Amino acid sequence: MTNRPLIFDSWRDLPLEEVLRICRDTIEEGDFSPVLKWRETGGKVLGHFQVYFPQELAHAAGMLPVMVRGAPVDLLHADSRFGSYLCSILKSSLDLALSGKIELDMFVSHPICDAARNLAAVWSRNFDYPCQILYLPQNANSQGTIPYLRDEYDRLLRKLEEISGKKVTEEDLRNSIALYNRSRALVRELYDLKRSEPWKVAAEDAYSLVAIGGLIPVEEHIALMEWVVPEIHKIERNKEDRIRVVFEGAFCEQPPLDMIRTIGRSCYVVDDDFLIGLRWLTGDVATEDDPLYALAEAYIERSSYSPVQHDNRKTKEAMLLKRAEAAEAEAVVLASAKMCEPGLEEQVAYVLALDENRIPYFLSEFEENMSSFGGLELQVETFAENILFA
Amino acid sequence: MTVQETSIVGRGNKEGGALFRRWFKSLDDAAQRGEKAAYVFVMGSMNEVLKAFDMNITFPEITSLQLAVRHIAHEYLEEAEDYGYSPDICGYVKADVALQLRKGEHPMGRIPKPNMTVFTNACNTYIKWGEIWERLHKIPIFTFDVPGHRQLGVHTQPGDKQFEVDRRYVEIQIKELIAKLEEVNGTKFDIDKLRETMEFTNQMSRSWARLLELNRNSPSVYNALTDGTVFLGVANGFRGTKEGADYFANLVEEMEYKVANGIGTTTDESHRLAFVGVPCYPIFRRFSEIFAEWGGTFVQSTYLWFASGGTNRGYQYDLDNPISSLAEGILLSVRDAMDSMFDQTTMLRNAIDEYDLDGVVYHPIKSCRTVSTGLADSRRQLMKDTGIPSLLIESDMMDRRVVSEAQLKNRIDAFFEGLISRKQQAAASRRI
Repeated sequence: MTNRPLIFDSWRDLPLEEVLRICRDTIEEGDFSPVLKWRETGGKVLGHFQVYFPQELAHAAGMLPVMVRGAPVDLLHADSRFGSYLCSILKSSLDLALSGKIELDMFVSHPICDAARNLAAVWSRNFDYPCQILYLPQNANSQGTIPYLRDEYDRLLRKLEEISGKKVTEEDLRNSIALYNRSRALVRELYDLKRSEPWKVAAEDAYSLVAIGGLIPVEEHIALMEWVVPEIHKIERNKEDRIRVVFEGAFCEQPPLDMIRTIGRSCYVVDDDFLIGLRWLTGDVATEDDPLYALAEAYIERSSYSPVQHDNRKTKEAMLLKRAEAAEAEAVVLASAKMCEPGLEEQVAYVLALDENRIPYFLSEFEENMSSFGGLELQVETFAENILFA
Repeated sequence: MTVQETSIVGRGNKEGGALFRRWFKSLDDAAQRGEKAAYVFVMGSMNEVLKAFDMNITFPEITSLQLAVRHIAHEYLEEAEDYGYSPDICGYVKADVALQLRKGEHPMGRIPKPNMTVFTNACNTYIKWGEIWERLHKIPIFTFDVPGHRQLGVHTQPGDKQFEVDRRYVEIQIKELIAKLEEVNGTKFDIDKLRETMEFTNQMSRSWARLLELNRNSPSVYNALTDGTVFLGVANGFRGTKEGADYFANLVEEMEYKVANGIGTTTDESHRLAFVGVPCYPIFRRFSEIFAEWGGTFVQSTYLWFASGGTNRGYQYDLDNPISSLAEGILLSVRDAMDSMFDQTTMLRNAIDEYDLDGVVYHPIKSCRTVSTGLADSRRQLMKDTGIPSLLIESDMMDRRVVSEAQLKNRIDAFFEGLISRKQQAAASRRI
């Protein structure tokens, strides 16, 4: 992968504000030109649906792993493939592929929810390339879980070798893991910064920097982050009168950037679950011994949480309270994508836990293609003022 | 009607109803005694193992749908919505939340509180539902993970490397479940008792597969949607029991008798249909009547496949290797159930000839995204492959607020008009 031409380099030699604007525009406009560029130069692309995917496997096989996470687009084709009562991300993801905005050599989904588990079949009926399910374990607490997942990764890797035509060695995998460890460490550093000095980086900028990682080769993401994060550290800006909030509810469908921007005008978003799949592993993955086992072990033992994974050791409300406490948040923005069953169900547990712990929260729903935020801005402002001036 | 006909025809529905009432009575009695029950689901209930521990068992999907059939679901749904649950989530879950808040109050008797819940991943909402009980009742919950097929149309089989990886994982979980049940019940596991329950399931599975096969005959001997739902209730509630095995042996006898004597479920079987999805319980009888008024009857239903947990495969456990065979049987059956929801096109393609189908009715519902998400696309594929007429109508399994009988009837009437016209044209072209 190292000898390939760069596919996202327009940011180089530009000032920080410009670099951040380029990242924002790429994400906000649903611009998949880096992926198209990759394919034009003969590269193969693996599209993986939300939430988590071990990108190391695709990288080791010489493919570009791209997170398929919908986009705020007008639906041209997908509506006729689905029923009425569905979240938007499912439809817009398929639409991106049907309209040719994104071209793949393989699509992988996961049985994360009742709707998404239909995706592999729908996708298979509409495209000739392989569409598979990566069966991430739903029982996180069995003795058999990690060995099973290790073998499931192995199965998928064999398929990736077939598509890419590249035999993957253990050394290849270790190299890929090391690169992703570095990328994740940089993202963690960005999040540390969000928690410690949130006035230095706007929520939508931090979001875009992470989101870009789901579109471009990890090597390029590392280069971007290694330049941007120190630059953000250098910023000298005064803290403003805003409340510190955790945003919860964006584990799958993503809120529009404008919604994040709107919340950011009266709140510092000091932690969140935006694109949590790209930040699922919370520590480095071991690079010794069996790399597949190490990836499987990290998925179960050193990982975040979301409404679509059950783990007896991690009730979601307890994890949210921990997230809020660690970020010294004064309040929580509890949002759910419209028609998202796991998100909507989890909201009830979150509300009960926040009530019990007397943590203020702002309850909301969103859709990736919503475009009017006037009402939301007023409500969030009022919510923030109530806390600031209580 | 002969004496034999009087005694045998209709027996299945009568006995099914009686068994069903007895089951709910036993649950009510258990609740009155302060006993608890295992809460399980229709796809991968693990009844064989739970019955080996003599546990009371309740199926919340069934208790919920009973509320819709009795036209009181809205009271429960609204109560759960007042508690905080969204109108856009599964109606079964919401009805059950209200049932729990009402301490098990149900028109068929009091439902005991849970002491344990076991659920597979065949439906992701099972997992979210289990989490709700975990919070409400502070009980142990067991997620029984059954990896499904990885690619449309690619089915691994016993002996394949991938299948054996999956079987090993399932087998470990069975052993862990048994250990958890020993802890919850305070009794030792008896493998011979497990063999006994598995043998009853073997008998039931053979009968279930035969029952489905018998409706290939014309006239069809039962309505797969209405009668089929009665059969499903017994198949789930009495899986792994002697009563269940005997019931289905008798039912097969009844249906074979009807086949032998040309006794159909309707006097006017003009259009043989397959139903895809979950029934419209708020207007359960009326829904079928609208079809029957045009001479349409449901001879097959994907509901009989997935809501029986894949019992349609007729899988037979090897009682000499109970645990390993249970793992294999669960994998094969639950996967079959999942395919009936996500990839029913392949199965329907075969059913068109086997059941001499005239049309397919797709019924996506608001409440269940598992079953409904892919139906429009699946329908496109089936029509492209076979040209069979089909109808897609949306409503719900629980929530009468999204069921419009008039709109449904309009669509159904138009479907039959098209179907009749198509048949007339085909007949005319044959004459030419």
